[in-house]
Amino acid sequence: MKKILNIFLSLIVVGLVSPLFAASIKWSMPGDSLTLDPHAQNEGPTHMVSRQVYESLVTRGIDMSLEPQLATSWEATDPETWVFTLRDGVTFSNGKALRASDVVFSINRALSGASDMIELIDSITSVKALNPSTVEIKTEGPNPILLNQLSQIFIMSEGWSKQNGCELSQDFDASEETYCSINAMGTGPFKITLREQDTRTVFERNDSWWGDQSQHNIDRIELLPIKNDATRVAALLSGDIDFTNFTPAQDINRINSSSSHKVESTPQARTVFFGMDQGSDELRSSNIKGANPFKDKRVRLAMYHALDMDAIKDKVMRGLSQPAGMITYPGVQGYTDALDARLPYDPELSKKLLAEAGYPDGFEVTLDCPNNRYINDEAICVAAVGMFAKVGVKVNLDAQPKSIHFKDLQNDLSDFYMLGWGVPTFDSHYVYSFLLSSEGSWNKVGFSDARVDELVGTMLTETNLDKRNANIAEAWAIVQDNMPYLPLHHQVISWGSKGNVNVPIRTNNEPLFRHAKVN
Amino acid sequence: MTNYFLKRLIQSVLVMLVVAFVSFSLFNFVGDPVHNMVGQEASTEKRQEIREKLGLNDPVYIQFLRFVRNASVGEFGISYQLRRPVAELISERLPATLELVFISALIAIVSGVAFGVYTGINRDGFLSNVILILSLFGVSLPTFVIGILFIYLFSVILGILPSFGRGEVVDIGFWSTGFLTLSGIKAIILPSITLSLFQMTYIIRLVRAEIMEILQTDYIKFARARGIKKNIINFKHALKNGLIPVITITGINVGTLIAFSIITETVFQWPGMGFLFINAVHFVDIPIMSAYLIMVAFIFVMINFIVDIAYYFIDPRIRIKEETSSE
Repeated sequence: MKKILNIFLSLIVVGLVSPLFAASIKWSMPGDSLTLDPHAQNEGPTHMVSRQVYESLVTRGIDMSLEPQLATSWEATDPETWVFTLRDGVTFSNGKALRASDVVFSINRALSGASDMIELIDSITSVKALNPSTVEIKTEGPNPILLNQLSQIFIMSEGWSKQNGCELSQDFDASEETYCSINAMGTGPFKITLREQDTRTVFERNDSWWGDQSQHNIDRIELLPIKNDATRVAALLSGDIDFTNFTPAQDINRINSSSSHKVESTPQARTVFFGMDQGSDELRSSNIKGANPFKDKRVRLAMYHALDMDAIKDKVMRGLSQPAGMITYPGVQGYTDALDARLPYDPELSKKLLAEAGYPDGFEVTLDCPNNRYINDEAICVAAVGMFAKVGVKVNLDAQPKSIHFKDLQNDLSDFYMLGWGVPTFDSHYVYSFLLSSEGSWNKVGFSDARVDELVGTMLTETNLDKRNANIAEAWAIVQDNMPYLPLHHQVISWGSKGNVNVPIRTNNEPLFRHAKVN
Repeated sequence: MTNYFLKRLIQSVLVMLVVAFVSFSLFNFVGDPVHNMVGQEASTEKRQEIREKLGLNDPVYIQFLRFVRNASVGEFGISYQLRRPVAELISERLPATLELVFISALIAIVSGVAFGVYTGINRDGFLSNVILILSLFGVSLPTFVIGILFIYLFSVILGILPSFGRGEVVDIGFWSTGFLTLSGIKAIILPSITLSLFQMTYIIRLVRAEIMEILQTDYIKFARARGIKKNIINFKHALKNGLIPVITITGINVGTLIAFSIITETVFQWPGMGFLFINAVHFVDIPIMSAYLIMVAFIFVMINFIVDIAYYFIDPRIRIKEETSSE
């Protein structure tokens, strides 16, 4: 009898413990990776899938800090030359060892053909293997943010790629798909064993991974994209999926009310703001002719003071936003809490500023918004229109799908628009070079300041970090004083899962299953 | 005879060309695919270069002619989004949509006719009124609401049917079928009922009206007077004649089912063509959108062509008119 009881008890213990050793996760997001070719699309979900399989020289950990990955150490031998030492004992999942030539091949591949990564790393002038475990990278001028950029460049096997005819990233006018766009073979903790685009992708543990297998207990991941928000939430609640990194704000209470599910939230690495065209001599959509109200700093400040971001947070975002005072977010080099504190909501002050600027009765302008790009984008704009109306500015809203909104922006057709900006390099230079430099390709507000332009240049070349940080701080001081953009908020993202599934949440919305546990 | 065929054929080709041109001109308003194809870092020059490469800077009619030339040899190009041949993408997803449409049509016809006959015969019965009131919901509630309600009820609350997807599929040659696995059969139940509801209610009302009308006709009255059994009158005489318009309408409606499946496929994450299309619209994936629209146009034109030809054989009036006019 006692023996039977013992067996019985040990069975229970085994039953409780064994899931720790092997578990599977069904993961869902609205879309699928566009291609398994790791250099062909610089796009969120595509990188989310690739990163489970491919690795880079350096990478970002759970808290977004830079960590060694395939390179264990690096040094700048002169301002334009970096030498990376590769990790020993790394093999691709086909058993071949990682060599310096694979790194050289991958970086060159990302820099050529129809690769979508070219712009990100175009400061690299040459890559060469010094010996099988050392790689030298030369840049055009000093590049203090090279490591940030390299964290987005995945390393492929040279032999595997060449053997399968995809030395180059696939071109747009190609007539056939490439092997690498439907297969993946990297050094990472998982390998893809089944790929049905938009339906099901199965990842299995790569037993030969060099890293610490004990930090996760995932044997198998199944990616099941579900586009419709309501269906995805229903699938989570009914147990058809275990985890989603895209949880709609309106369903968070519903998921939390289920005893076997949970939701975690964190501010996302993306800030949403309005841009005001202050470069043109006359606004296209305004009733004010011959002058541009946005040229006047007092008008820009009046618009700022008219916005009650706390109300938008409560009413539109259901508490899931972090009102912002600057157009970049915590974690980016150059961000400070002081800069991010919002000026007060003060409609009276707005009216006073407008009167001082010569618009006591306000003016009229059209606000362009996307309606399928940011969280609740159109609803935010609708709320803002009402707030501007209170201070006498008549804003007409034009909300359109992103493919039209961004096309109009690119063609300089907007006076007043919504834009969101993420910073994959976690450095202010990325914000400045696109949004605030007078040459910036997304500087559609016509902001131009000689000193800022000068500072953008030094951000790219100054290798003394203290001096560089001082430059960044000076640039932000100028921008905050001029207020070319109206900061709105940092987006907040939410991950929903079954209660026993633990995937550490990350501000770039990218799950790292190498740190996931199912209890 | 050949004259009639030829005329129909030329008309069909013309319709296809017009549909293709109209849809093609619409693509100018859906936005800029290049924005979706490159990262936000891409420079204006690179964007311009890609536009040039894809021929997006050419006037619409040049793009259209190029498309027609390629399409006529079965070349639909590479999807901007997925970087795979469009013809291959569509043929991969065709089985899922056709299986869904097939089951939906089956449900719609079988239950539509059954309920229609019942409500036609028992005009004021309690059950008839219940069916008719329910069918009002079927007509008026949008498909996606019904789909979500079904998911909520059968997946979240009852937990008996899967909330999304197609289950396990088995490949038979080029055709992947969900009919051979239990999970595949379970998965098709909710989407096919959702998709069939509108057509079903439509058929119920059509059959009911037909039956009621026929039951008033003289030959039914005479049949009754002759003492023929009620069931024989209802099913042999009334139903048989009532079905003729149903068959005509249903044929064309199968095309509509394929078109309606876009919404159902999105709600249920059904990996069919409609789902492919809706993703393509979001991405402004012009090669997929144009190929899909051409294909839908082709299906409708084919159905109409077959119906026209069938009329030629069924309806002697067309034949006589044609023969006299051709001489």
